[in-house]
Amino acid sequence: MREKQVVVHLPQGLHARPATLFVKTATAFSSEIGLVKGDKSANAKSIIGVMSLAVANGETVKLTADGSDEEEALDKLAAFLEQGAE
Amino acid sequence: MGTVRVHGIGASAGIAIARAQVWKKQDQKISQEVRSPEEELARFKTASELALSGLATLYEETRLRLGQKEADIFQAHMMLLQDPELIGQIEVLLAAGNINAEAAVQQATGELATLFSSLEDEYMRERAADIRDVGQRLLSCLQEAVWGNLQGTAREEKGTSLDAVIVVAHDLSPSDTAQLDTGLIKGFATQIGGGTSHSAVMARALGIPAVVGLGQALEQVEDGDLIVLDGTAGLLCLRPDEEELSSYEQKRADWLREKKRQARWAELPTVTQDGHRVELGANIGHPDECRAVQQVGGEGIGLFRSEFLFMNRASMPDEEEQFQAYRQVAQDMNGKPVVIRTLDIGGDKELPYMNLQSELNPFLGYRAIRLCLDREELFLTQLRAILRASHYGSVKLMYPMIATLEEWRAANRLLAEAKETLARAGIPFDPAIEVGLMIEVPAAALASELFARDADFLSIGTNDLIQYTLACDRMNEQVSGLYQPFHPAILRLIRQVIDAAHRYGRRVSMCGEMASDPLAIPLLLGMGLDGFSMSASSVLAARELINHLSFEEMKELAEAALKLEGQEQVKALLLERTRVQINA
Repeated sequence: MREKQVVVHLPQGLHARPATLFVKTATAFSSEIGLVKGDKSANAKSIIGVMSLAVANGETVKLTADGSDEEEALDKLAAFLEQGAE
Repeated sequence: MGTVRVHGIGASAGIAIARAQVWKKQDQKISQEVRSPEEELARFKTASELALSGLATLYEETRLRLGQKEADIFQAHMMLLQDPELIGQIEVLLAAGNINAEAAVQQATGELATLFSSLEDEYMRERAADIRDVGQRLLSCLQEAVWGNLQGTAREEKGTSLDAVIVVAHDLSPSDTAQLDTGLIKGFATQIGGGTSHSAVMARALGIPAVVGLGQALEQVEDGDLIVLDGTAGLLCLRPDEEELSSYEQKRADWLREKKRQARWAELPTVTQDGHRVELGANIGHPDECRAVQQVGGEGIGLFRSEFLFMNRASMPDEEEQFQAYRQVAQDMNGKPVVIRTLDIGGDKELPYMNLQSELNPFLGYRAIRLCLDREELFLTQLRAILRASHYGSVKLMYPMIATLEEWRAANRLLAEAKETLARAGIPFDPAIEVGLMIEVPAAALASELFARDADFLSIGTNDLIQYTLACDRMNEQVSGLYQPFHPAILRLIRQVIDAAHRYGRRVSMCGEMASDPLAIPLLLGMGLDGFSMSASSVLAARELINHLSFEEMKELAEAALKLEGQEQVKALLLERTRVQINA
């Protein structure tokens, strides 16, 4: 089980297209991955969960991962949140 | 059961009389039987697979029929359907027992949709509708409905005959209308929505009446009820009595006769009795309206408002998406001119992704070209998309709300930059694309000569020009009487703009509501206006009127009108003269 704090740098925040891409990226890993904002957390593989956190640009979130590819998952998703989709 | 009248917003003109087909997602025959948790879970899994394959088919069909953009919604639904959070909630409910798959689906999707619709963000609220949509689809698959052949099933399920109907619905989403057999629809009536909602645009494209925003009262309508729909007055009459019915039948016959009588003008040019030709185009707000424009023989698109691309969404449309929309219009119009107006938006519109502050005076504030020149990336993206579309038809570019020559030049500098970017990338566009501007700020009207020097064309936007010139908000009932299209100041401004344009050999058209006013047309014609652009539904009447007028006589009329001292005198003169003209 690992976790990582990330400051989100996505001009539109984490919804619409970025949220879809984020979930697709997360789904590619076998680890269980969570996204935590304040006292709310969501399954990072759930578009409903991710969108309901309504993460805005500039906010700090925590990524958690538990599984065989947890390290790679954290790196990739953190990079996505910090640098944007494409 | 007496007659009920419901008032809404007339979104597409005309009168329809037909039985109602209430477009309700089926929720009436939900099974109450509860089997073991294992069996219910298995039922849910089967329904989920069925729904998924139905969506895949719908996605593919829609992509082929309507295009990628319209199909994307179904891909989003597929993602929701496979969402671990949603599935997890349903599984937890089922495992607890004493509940069937139908109820679990309803509860889980209902709770999630409620959660989403309570969020501030408009984009999230729209997702609530998607979650409900997915829930309905699962329910319907649990009922073993076949989603493969939607057009057929939709009709059979309701047991309605193949007669034409008026579709009555809460709202119609693109995914609903994709399932309708438009050949059998005589009109649309919806609870919510405004003039640019999907059903309104579609009704105008089909040339059938539509009334939207009818509210809760619409829930009284039942399948098979006789309905009169008056899209001109924005009225729905439920179960009319005999007297009303016959009066509306008369009105409908008149409307149809008038429509038919006017139809012959669709094929004819717009030319006065003495051979003076003007261009009669249409204003559109959505690419799908091109069909209606072609049907009335519109000679071009005098104003394509690009705002629709930016509304009701969470993020900026990218260059590709904009390009597809502009290209569709350019191609649909088959070489006829299409004037695309760059983004005309400001603090009065809520666009979450733009972070616009609400202003005390949005119409005098940060909007239209002012905003675009400040946000160069946004503007350059739109300019590139429009330029790329220019390769596929006769596209012209128009800037809104220009007040100073500096703005005009700054916009053109960015246009040059956009052209250079495309040229470097080897992307084709029309290098000689015509560029013009809206004359809607009084400063630009008074100084129109400065703009006429290097603009390819001018277009007078009367709605704003009148508001700004008379310092009157037409939506404010207490001062709306000051909104005077025939005020001598307005007539002089228009005259000045036309003269300035002609001095430099430029064409000048008008795309405000005044351009379709039968009282104003003779006057504008006489002042030398070269082009009129209006909603497609006004084109035939305008063409008929112009073809009955004499240009020479209208010149004299305009001279006389410009000497008068107030709107009332001008209107009286126009009423008098045009009546004589038409009866002659």
